Amino acid sequence: MTHLSEEMIAYARQLVSLYPEPRSALIPICHLAQEQDGWLRPEAIEEIAAVVGVSPAEVFGTASFYDLLHTEPAGRYVVSICTNIACMLAGAYDLLDHAEKNLGIKAGGTTPDGLFTLEDAECIAGCDNAPCLQVNGRYFGKLTRAEFDKLVEDLRAGELAEQVPPHGTLCRVRRSVGLTARDGGGDARLGTSDEPERPSSTSGGGTAGGVAGSERGGATGGGTAGTSQPARRRRRGKK
Amino acid sequence: MALTGAPRIVTSRIGYEDSYTLERFLATGGYDGLRKALSMSPEEVSAEVNTASLLGRGGAGFPAGRKWSMLRAAPTTYLVVNGDESEPATFKDHLLLERDPHQLIEGVMIAAYAIGAAQVFIFIRGEMALGIERVTQALNEAYEYGAVGRNVLGSSFSVDVVVHPGAGAYICGEETALLESLEGKRGFPRIKPPYFPAAIGLYGEPTVVNNVETMSNLPWIVLNGGAAFAALGSGSSTGTRLFALSGRVNNPGVFELEMAKTTFKDLIFDKSLGNGIIDGKALKAFIPGGVSAPWFSPDQVDMHLDQDEVGKAGSMLGSGSVVVMDETTCALRAAWRITKFFWRESCGQCTPCREGSGWLEKTLWRIENGEGREEELDMLMDVCDNLAPGLTWPPQQTTICVLGPSIPSSIASAIRMFRDELLVHVKEGRCPFA
Ligand SMILES: Cc1cc2nc3c(=O)[nH]c(=O)nc-3n(C[C@H](O)[C@H](O)[C@H](O)COP(=O)(O)O)c2cc1C
Ligand code: SF4
Ligand code: FES
Repeated sequence: MTHLSEEMIAYARQLVSLYPEPRSALIPICHLAQEQDGWLRPEAIEEIAAVVGVSPAEVFGTASFYDLLHTEPAGRYVVSICTNIACMLAGAYDLLDHAEKNLGIKAGGTTPDGLFTLEDAECIAGCDNAPCLQVNGRYFGKLTRAEFDKLVEDLRAGELAEQVPPHGTLCRVRRSVGLTARDGGGDARLGTSDEPERPSSTSGGGTAGGVAGSERGGATGGGTAGTSQPARRRRRGKK
Repeated sequence: MALTGAPRIVTSRIGYEDSYTLERFLATGGYDGLRKALSMSPEEVSAEVNTASLLGRGGAGFPAGRKWSMLRAAPTTYLVVNGDESEPATFKDHLLLERDPHQLIEGVMIAAYAIGAAQVFIFIRGEMALGIERVTQALNEAYEYGAVGRNVLGSSFSVDVVVHPGAGAYICGEETALLESLEGKRGFPRIKPPYFPAAIGLYGEPTVVNNVETMSNLPWIVLNGGAAFAALGSGSSTGTRLFALSGRVNNPGVFELEMAKTTFKDLIFDKSLGNGIIDGKALKAFIPGGVSAPWFSPDQVDMHLDQDEVGKAGSMLGSGSVVVMDETTCALRAAWRITKFFWRESCGQCTPCREGSGWLEKTLWRIENGEGREEELDMLMDVCDNLAPGLTWPPQQTTICVLGPSIPSSIASAIRMFRDELLVHVKEGRCPFA
């Protein structure tokens, strides 16, 4: 039994086949794993490492650099309020104060029921709708305090399920084809594969068709040439 | 389009509700540019782009054609599209990704053909979930339609395109950090030289990195000719360009304007554009090209949206984002928030950037809250001078990438332009705007 579902692992292998080197699929696969769990569980990290051919520490070390990859559990709804320049000029800090009061947590915190995580975010490229925020990556703009309260109420009541997918779901559309340019070229296979046989067709099922079988096997070892990175603690996210 | 008679080049479809669908795209001339390009030789396509004198729209403004010609000869060459768009107050690629993904794919295919790319990667900022969905969907459709993949539109040209999601890190917009991220690593900018990925890029192979808007211009350029593009604008600022206007204006948004023909005053005040300042307040200052850029004062609003003119005045058009501050804006608070952004986003490899940003942020915050001393303004300038010696623009570089030397822009601007106002914070022990 794997922790990540079998179809997820199959799709992860197909993502690997899209790149000249397997390690390139590391971040896309982390996003995929978050679709299942909302964050990167240690079990998931182990399986991702196996699929891309690096150590779990390398996956963790890479993931911890990025804001969107959670190495700790986050609430079901991650509410990221932008407080950068354009939003600040439109009252974003008032909105953040209000949000902290409404949810009873400080920015960076998660409500005890696990429903909401609140973030003091950087610009999310929605500055024409300032002040704006994202919930699980989906935009809401020009928010007044009352509208924020209504948003929270609707999220609690599950009324925005259509608009706001579960936390961790980045892209609801699956790639439907593998690499085709070199089909029949005979040399599309890069490196040798010592990984288990990849399923030859998609097992995604339903509407989310996976990548169709491509010619490439998952090469291993591509990630080992990585630079040695300075041991340093990230400052991101600190207030 | 307002003010000049220039056509809409990259936003011609966004008025349609369904602008992102293949149907609408095909009904409005979609993939005709690619078809035409494939009937030309790759050299002829590059020649048109050179004639157009298309400047990169990602921030540095480097001519796209020239960048392509710098590629080291090698069997494998990559094209990487920079859709990381995280510079605060920049939101034009966001529009193109969500509203016209097929136009981007068409542009990408034209560029891939011109440079003979082995594979294309479209890197899209991870926060833009809808943009990633739209481009992924469009790519699926484009494969099925035959515009991407094997034997493109019946020609002998074949290339694959992959959409790659980012994961939340501003620094991945810097092209070498983007390549590291695309290789599955932390987004640490690479040490230069080589100055261009055209020599050593993705997986060590020659690579072209171009911005989303740069790519989106290509279908029009191929269809209408480089000369028609170069006829718009003036000097080296050719064609049209997207400007993202935000801050204290009545009508913030993305506007496609003819380069060099429109002024900041038009952009901020024209009824069809920014429509003036909220509540009729007075303009206090504006940032002409993203938060890395030095600020301009109200007496500079007559300047044209022209890369050279803005450059000569000591700032940059950069990412095309204009932020408006009015008389209700605290300049110190604005500089503090921008500095806080750089502090949070510094990748931490270089000491001046990593340590300097934190010190600057804390000091600005103290002064903003009335706990500063007058001499600290000079200390701030001194630390800024360490990050970017001489405090000129473009800055002297002391670090691996230009994020560090960009930090002083807003701080030095606030101190030089509004020293007295900053001193009120010190004297009154509070922010006069709070
Ligand atoms: C800190 C930093 C952030 C950047 N962010 C972006 C970005 O989000 N998008 C972008 O296209 N270029 C960005 N750039 C510029 C890129 O390094 C590169 O010059 C650009 O993508 C090249 O494309 P162009 O020639 O088409 O403009 C950034 C540069 C720096 C130093
Ligand atoms: S200047 Fe800053 S962001 Fe750029 S490489 Fe150095 S530490 Fe990283
Ligand atoms: S400043 Fe808030 S979205 Fe850009």
